[in-house]
Amino acid sequence: MTHDPHRPGPAEISRRGVFAVAGVTVAAASAPVAAAQGLAESESPPPVTVTLVVNGQPQRLTLDARVTLLDALREHLHMTGPKKGCDHGQCGACTVLLNGRRINSCLSLAVMHDGDQVTTIEGLGSPEHLHPMQAAFVKHDGFQCGYCTPGQICSAVGMLDEIRRGVPSHVTADLAQVGYSEDEVRERMSGNICRCAAYPNIVAAIAEVHGEQPA
Amino acid sequence: MRPFTYERAGSPAEAAAAVAGNPGAKFIAGGTNLLDLMKLEIETPRRLVDVNHLGLDQIQPTPEGGLRIGALVRNTDLAADARVRRDYGVLSRALLAGASGQLRNKATTAGNLLQRTRCPYFYDSTKPCNKRAPGSGCAALEGASRDLGLLGVSDACIATHPSDMAVAMRALDATVETVDGAGAARRIPIADLHRLPGATPHVETSLKPGEMITAVTLPRPLGGKHVYRKVRDRASYAFALVSVAAVLGDGVRRVAFGGVAPKPWRVEAAEARRTPGEIVEVAFAGAHPTRQNAFKLTLARRTLAAVMTEA
Repeated sequence: MTHDPHRPGPAEISRRGVFAVAGVTVAAASAPVAAAQGLAESESPPPVTVTLVVNGQPQRLTLDARVTLLDALREHLHMTGPKKGCDHGQCGACTVLLNGRRINSCLSLAVMHDGDQVTTIEGLGSPEHLHPMQAAFVKHDGFQCGYCTPGQICSAVGMLDEIRRGVPSHVTADLAQVGYSEDEVRERMSGNICRCAAYPNIVAAIAEVHGEQPA
Repeated sequence: MRPFTYERAGSPAEAAAAVAGNPGAKFIAGGTNLLDLMKLEIETPRRLVDVNHLGLDQIQPTPEGGLRIGALVRNTDLAADARVRRDYGVLSRALLAGASGQLRNKATTAGNLLQRTRCPYFYDSTKPCNKRAPGSGCAALEGASRDLGLLGVSDACIATHPSDMAVAMRALDATVETVDGAGAARRIPIADLHRLPGATPHVETSLKPGEMITAVTLPRPLGGKHVYRKVRDRASYAFALVSVAAVLGDGVRRVAFGGVAPKPWRVEAAEARRTPGEIVEVAFAGAHPTRQNAFKLTLARRTLAAVMTEA
């Protein structure tokens, strides 16, 4: 269904790689026509160059315009923290922070993010120095299989920031009074599905991090 | 996903001109609905014109005392804006009742208005759908129609418009501002933006090819109590079975319904009636429910009763 991007690497001279290079050549030659009219049915899309600042490092990529931000991270930059669950924005496993705000990386094109700051789970903490949210998930057993966890943690970090900035939610009783509660966490985390149903422990982990933060 | 060319527009007029002359071209803003549909090849644009970065992300006061919301203002930012929370609470509430936190951070004001239906047959390419493939028929009429529409529908299509935000904007009498491919601006009352399906359900709005929404304006605040109540199968992150957007107070009564029609449903004549039953009787006159969604008539009356009690 989605574009299946080829991984870069000199050792990978595959059939697909050769076709991809040939496609690029044809597209570059016809780029002015393509830009004016859009593509004809048989044409390959011209590649687009984009610089993403991923976990603080500028990453210059030349991509098929169809590559989602999620596929750029996973398949091109080999950051496999963000997970492909549903690939349609329903499960939240792909959640990353874009310029500090949580988004579904599967529902955005990489080429739309030139110059943007992307933070993945790899950029939040390291095995030696866990981010407080990572440490709290470990302490409270906020996962079972772990597949949704990178998205849960990125989402939780973005979510607490939204509460701090005074963004209301569906369960906020008074729109002028935004505050933390477990009901707020449950509502605000509804875009992250956990099939192992670790929800009570996820809520507990988030509560601990919230408690540690200055109000 | 089918291949396409990608470009960033330099101005709204430039974007409109780029899309106007090219039936295969589309604007992309937040992309949360368009990319979903492109992955399924329900949408197959040959050219994408990115309208982010055009400075359309501001919310400003109007000389008339209202607010002008840029087309690219994200749903989160609109819901959180202090003026919207204070003076147009129904709009904040409706936005916060829709989608997830991640989606609201990306989804835009104009994109929310122009999102496509979530009818399961529109999404299922193995089934006929007059909206997706004009003339192929409507699988929903004899299919699973519990979630679908009963007002403004036709023999060709019973899809609903899924937006919560649009229902509140209809209650507030918002106006949509556009620019077309020739650079001409116009204003469209939100009541006239979405079309009823008739025999051409694939034509969903009154926008011309390439006409781009640049802003949505809200008139002066109405005062009154603002309520948005959404009834759905899950407590969060689900589309409405029925929703009610209401502004109620001394000298003001606005009631619009969501989840029941191809557009936000408001019948001004109904608002003069006294009881929830009378209001729904007038607003839902001429309803064409299926066996599976006739419950929405009762649900609408009860939801409105709850809203009027709360107010």
